[in-house]
Amino acid sequence: MTSPLLFVALLMLLLLAGVWTVMTLNLLKSAIGLAITSVLLTLLLFLLDAPLAGVFELSVCAGLITVVFISAISLTKPLTGPEASERDRSRVKRFFFLPILIAGAAWVLYALGLRLDSPLPPAIAEMDVRQVLWNVRRLDLVGQILIILAGVFGVVILFKDRSDKKEAPKS
Amino acid sequence: MIEHLQAIFATSIIFIILLSVTALYCMLVSRNLIRILIGLELLIKAVTLLIALTGYLTGRMALAQTFIITLIVIEVVVIAIAAGIVIGAHRHNQSLDVRTLRNLKG
Repeated sequence: MTSPLLFVALLMLLLLAGVWTVMTLNLLKSAIGLAITSVLLTLLLFLLDAPLAGVFELSVCAGLITVVFISAISLTKPLTGPEASERDRSRVKRFFFLPILIAGAAWVLYALGLRLDSPLPPAIAEMDVRQVLWNVRRLDLVGQILIILAGVFGVVILFKDRSDKKEAPKS
Repeated sequence: MIEHLQAIFATSIIFIILLSVTALYCMLVSRNLIRILIGLELLIKAVTLLIALTGYLTGRMALAQTFIITLIVIEVVVIAIAAGIVIGAHRHNQSLDVRTLRNLKG
């Protein structure tokens, strides 16, 4: 790793973006916060010498999933008026403890002094990621194709036009 | 070199645990279905980082990248289906509140 300081700074930003995503009141801002979290994770993956995974994370998670979330938010009706303000008050109460919980957990983990005691295995002269993906983990690709097919069928069934449903007999 | 890697591991694992705590808190406390999905996404991001870190430390980055790619594919499908179910639930109940999901009538 070229710059451990940059790595730690990105980890901090990742956590901050995650907390902001969870705590912000607006759902749309929350979806954008998730995209920012994905971009920061992509940078971390690049620093960890995982460029292919980083590209996937950037294009799929920061792009596609954000679009799915924004579409879902725009297709659903947000609360307005007194209902919305009541919801906001209730949310602030429920999420008030999150920063305290995180600070407490951070303090406990720091005090524990987590260490990797077992010796690290020697670095392996490994194959290229494409060779691993296409030769070693070939069955994973079959699984991925099946999952994508299941997803496509699921979406088709969920968004099927209900107009072909038999109408109830009129009395 | 080993001390350097151990320091990176210790720091990263703390942040991964904190991100997981944030995501789990979001999933447990939220009442909005979309926000619960956002919590699930955050949890998957913590797992992705953990897999990458493990690959980096053990020198098996190519294998770790393969797992991350598989994880991302599964993540996308789960989120797409879950978003469809959320929209269907909203059409049915006119609300995204989990407390309104009280029956299994289609």
